[in-house]
Order: sequence, then C-alpha cells, then structure tokens
Amino acid sequence: MGKRKPEERIEDFKEVDTGFSAQDAVLESLRCMDCVKPQCIKGCPVNIDIPGFIMAISKEDFRKAADIIKADNMLPAICGRVCPQEDQCEGTCVLGIKGKPVRIGALERFVADWERENGLLRPEVKDKTGKRVAVVGSGPAGITAAAELAKEGHSVTIFESLHKAGGVLTYGIPSFRLPKDIVKTEIDQVLKLGAELKLNHIVGRSVPVEELLSYNAVFLGTGAGLPSFMGIEGENLNGVYSANEFLTRVNLMHADSFPEYDTPVLKKGRVVVVGGGNVAMDSARVAKRMGSEVTLIYRRRKEDLPAREAEIENAIEEGIEFICCANPVRILGEGSVIGVECVRMEMCEADADGRPCPVPMKGEDALFTIDADVVIEAIGQSPNPLLISLIENLERGKRGNVITDDETGLTSIENVYAAGDVATGAATVIEAMGAAKRTARAINEKFKD
Amino acid sequence: MAYKIEKAEEIAENIFELWIKAPHVARNAKAGQFLVIRINDKGERIPLTVSGVDGDLVRIVFMKVGKTTMFLSTLGVGDFIEDVAGPLGHPSEIKKWGRCVVIGGGVGIACLPILAKALRDSGNEVTGIIGARNESLILLKDELSSFCDEFVVCTDDGSCGYHGFPVDILKKKLEEGSVDCVWIIGPAIMMKITSLATIPYNVKTFVSLNPIMVDGTGMCGSCRVTIDGETKFACVDGPEFEASLVDWDELMTRQKVYTEEELKSRELFEDHTCECGGH
Repeated sequence: MGKRKPEERIEDFKEVDTGFSAQDAVLESLRCMDCVKPQCIKGCPVNIDIPGFIMAISKEDFRKAADIIKADNMLPAICGRVCPQEDQCEGTCVLGIKGKPVRIGALERFVADWERENGLLRPEVKDKTGKRVAVVGSGPAGITAAAELAKEGHSVTIFESLHKAGGVLTYGIPSFRLPKDIVKTEIDQVLKLGAELKLNHIVGRSVPVEELLSYNAVFLGTGAGLPSFMGIEGENLNGVYSANEFLTRVNLMHADSFPEYDTPVLKKGRVVVVGGGNVAMDSARVAKRMGSEVTLIYRRRKEDLPAREAEIENAIEEGIEFICCANPVRILGEGSVIGVECVRMEMCEADADGRPCPVPMKGEDALFTIDADVVIEAIGQSPNPLLISLIENLERGKRGNVITDDETGLTSIENVYAAGDVATGAATVIEAMGAAKRTARAINEKFKD
Repeated sequence: MAYKIEKAEEIAENIFELWIKAPHVARNAKAGQFLVIRINDKGERIPLTVSGVDGDLVRIVFMKVGKTTMFLSTLGVGDFIEDVAGPLGHPSEIKKWGRCVVIGGGVGIACLPILAKALRDSGNEVTGIIGARNESLILLKDELSSFCDEFVVCTDDGSCGYHGFPVDILKKKLEEGSVDCVWIIGPAIMMKITSLATIPYNVKTFVSLNPIMVDGTGMCGSCRVTIDGETKFACVDGPEFEASLVDWDELMTRQKVYTEEELKSRELFEDHTCECGGH
C-alpha cells in the first residue's frame, strides 16, 4: 500500500494512504499461513474470520471476502483505515514474530473499497419483532449496535445530536485519514437495514428521559465528547482551542474552506499542539494543511507517544516539529495568544501502564517559551454528562463513565445498556464497535426471554 | 430533514421573527433555553434563544448583523432551514421568587415574554423593563406587557417611554426594596453595567450569556466563560449564570475572536446579493 508524497499531501485534505491494487492484495493474501489456530482472530475486537477472508482474496473472490468480513463488521472501510492493527490482528499474526505480519488492515480496506465500487449487497434482515430500541449516538458504537439490532428485526431509532451522523468518525477524524464519503456510505448501509436516524435530536432535551425509557431497550453510545483542558493560566485567550473544537470546525463545518463555508477557524502562522495521541497528530496535520507552522509538545519521551506509529511517521514527514519531555505551564498573551511558556520534564519511575511518570524539572533553566498564535489542547476527552447526568440512578464511575457489566453492557438501570467510550472512557473505534456488538447480542438475548 | 418556516415578520428595524416547525424543540423547550440552527449545507451553526413556542412551532428572533442573520432575514414563509437542534442549555430557574424584574436590551428583549409568562404562571409578580436606542428598535411590546404586572419602555433618545436606560428604573425599584429576583438579557456590555446595580442590594440576578458556540452540546468548549474564577461551558452549564460571578471582560474579548472573518463573510454576502438582486 502506498502513500502520497508529503509535499503534495499537505496541500489538500485528500487521503494520504493510497491502498492496494487488486494485484497487490492478492499477492499480500498469499503470505497468510492460514494457521490452524489463527491468533489474528483473537487480536480482533470483533473477531472477524481473518484467514477466511484472506483465503477468499487469494482466490480472487472479493465478493466472498466482503461477505465474510461483513458477517462480523458492518464498517470495514472505516476499520481498515483507522484500527490500530499493529496492536490487534497484525500484532498477533504469527508472521510478525520473525518478520512482517500480513497487512490485514490494508487487505480489509481493499475488500471494502472493492465492494463499494462493485455494488454493495444488503445483508438479510429478519422479520419484525415489534421490539423498539433507542440508540443514542451515531458514532462507531451506536452504528454498530443499530446494525446488529436492525438485522434481528427490531425497530431501531438512532438519535444524533449533530446535523450529520458518524460521531467522531465525522467530526473528529480528518478526511485525509478517513474520507467522509466512505463514512457516509457505510452509515447508509446500516440505515438500509431499516434503522431510522433522527438528526438534531439531543436525547435528554429534545427527547425527554421518560420518553427514552419507554423503549424496550436503550443503547447509550454517546462517546467521550467532553474535552479536557489543562487548567493553566491563559487558557481562555482567543486562539486557544480544544482539539475537539478545532477538528469539528474543520471536519464537520469545513472551516478550511471558509468563506465558501460560513464557519471560520483561526488560520494563523504558528500553531502549538499539546498532546501525543492520535487526536494530537490529527490536529497538527490539519493545521499544517491550512498553512501553519506546527509544533507539537508532549510531556513524555518520543518513544512514549501514544499515537499510532504510522501517524507519528506521517506527521514527521509532513514537517510537524516535535518537542518531547516538555509541558505548557502558561499560555501567554493579552486578549489573544502570543506564546506558550513550557517546562522541561524529567522521567521518573514507570506508572502502572509501564510508562514513565513525567515530573517538571526545577530551576530557571527548565522554563522556555515558544511563539504561538494558536494553541490546540489535545489532552483527552471524557464522557459528555449532558444526557447521562439526567438519567436518575444511572451509576457512573469517577471519570464520569457509565458503569456497565463487562459481558452484557447492562447499566445499573434495567433495559438501559451502554458501550464504547461512554463506558470505557476514550478508546479506539474498533473497541467501541466490539463492545457494541457484544451489547447488541445481550439485548437480543434479553428479548428472547 | 429540513424545518419549515411557518411565519416570518420584521418586528422592528432590522429585527426579524421566524416561527419554525420543529416539534422536537417546541414541545420540550422551556424559558431560558436555546436552539442551534444551520441554514444550509454551507452554513455555520448559530445559537439563538427560544423566544416563544406555539404547538409544534418555535420562535426565534434575531437582528441582521452578520452573514447568517442577513441570509436568515431573506427567508420567508414556506422556506426551509436545514437544521434546528434543541432545546439546549438549562432552563431558567423558575420558582416562586416573589417580585421579579425582567430586563431586556435590544434584541435580548425577545427572550423575555416566555420568561415573564413562566414566572407569572409560578405565582410571581413580574415587572418588565425594556430598553433600546430608539422607538424603531422596540419589539414585542404588547406581547411582553401582557405577561407583566408593571411594564416600562426605555429609549436612549427618549423617542418612546422613559428617556434613559433600564438600569435607572431598576435602581429605583431596588431602592424601594421591592425586588426579590432579577433577569437581565441583552448585549454583554448592557448586562454587565445593569447587573452592577443589584450587587449592593444582594438581590439574585441572572444573566443569559451569549458566547460563540459550535455544537451547543458541550463537545467543543468554544463557549468557555469564567464564572467565579472557574471555567464553565455556557452551552451546558448555562446559558444563565449569576451576574456577579461572570468575568465580563473575558466574555466580550472572546466574542470578538472572529471579527475579521465575520466582516469578510458579510462583505462577500452583500456583494453577492447586490449582483443578483436579493438572491
């Protein structure tokens, strides 16, 4: 699978990875050992029959490959692009022990793209059961649950607060990583199963809680949409954004195309991004594409960056400057941002995750200032309390997440289920999908009783 | 899904009301809440206070100031608005306060009828005070006065009612000791100055903040305001806050962040509408 040249791709928002040709895909598929005990399936949060679909590719039966994937995953074009395969299926592939694992993600993406170009088939939908299910949120968790439940013949209504479906796939992940027409096509596939989508509906406000609880089952997939701020001086100066706001303005509202589109975003010379995860990489690369000079500040070491390796590599290729082992202590300016004061960090003993614990260095020399016109904080998100705080007796954990049963996704309230980031805190698209699928199964089982 | 405009009228100079069919908002909206609209696919999301409800219809009132409101003012009965989301934010704290004063400045007057009605329905005695630069900018006078036990119109130039500012009338009432709770809704500077009057009397005073928003659901943090030294999101923690706790200067600075862009957008829109005769 190829990539577009950095100097070319920073000029637009088109996809960076170019994907496999049919020939590349078949050649890659031949590397699969078709193991007796395939480890890759265990590594996949939705347990796709990976050797099965790869064998179909090797026989050039791409339709069959698509059917095999779709049996377990309704959003393969999305997962093929944004799953951290290196930590999942490819991370457990036996070929990876001595050499390079089979490029499962790229193969999944190839199959999904092939199917989209050659006609999508609607999966079978069972007869109507008469059960009504409310799905709150149309992100990865909500869409997956809606698909699984609609296939079983239940009447599914998806409520989305924004004017477009997709949740983080739409407002968060930039189109150079995940083209928006692909998100739309995959969501449309789910709607074709009979699920109804209600946009602009804020559950808890447009749909009162009593009305929500009148459904036979409720699935909460409201994600982790509440941005965290560092809580340092100068944070409310003009020019300071949460990554959520910056990305939403561009990805959802098309501020990159202002004034053709009405939503503005500050496109100024020097941008500082704070954080080291995928959201930080996305923010930095979006700012770069709007013509800014971008510096990313991360408090731990470069090798500790939590973002996907491929995304870090992409960011470096695109000219993002990294300052590691440093943390902002103050944002400077009067009215608007002019700079960021940072402190160098030293690494102490590892924490429970095995990552070193960063501690600010002492003394005048430890402080330094960098010029900035815009600061984007990408330091994490937590579950949005808007709805979940309005549901009485819904138990929540310390981080604001909804407490659920690991197996079933059931919350402290009967018939109310939750999965994805709202239950786990911010995690990956595929983990949300995996949990949503298990939860949808539990709802199905409950309906059978 | 688009939302149809059922009634449209210019109710004061450059100030318009639209009644939009949006049952999910109208059926659930309470005084103090707002909605977010997006006119079309290229439009921005803007928050507007719910100014009234009638069955499945919800009313918005706006002044023609920027591109979006200029465009909105060209829409009429039968036209559609692409997106209407809401109601959003916490409703006003409606309970039996006793003697309430509701004050509106400029287009902020539009927020008062639904509020005055709710307060009166809860057994309060309501005084309405509204202020504008001149008579042509006074709106919803008859409607609002019908929900008030006492009603005063103020104009800066004396062209209608009392010659002066609502704060003058408020001060008199505070001196008389006849005020238990106050709402002030209008431009930030007017809310700041008017609310200073109630501080010495220690009378509960609410203001409705109007920072820049994107989603209106707590997702972006664009609407950060400092309340009693703490950062809050006006969209989900507000939009109403206690006046004395608000960092007004920060709010007013943050409202200006896109001044340049807003001007550019407006100029392009004006040029465009001139060339093709209003479309």
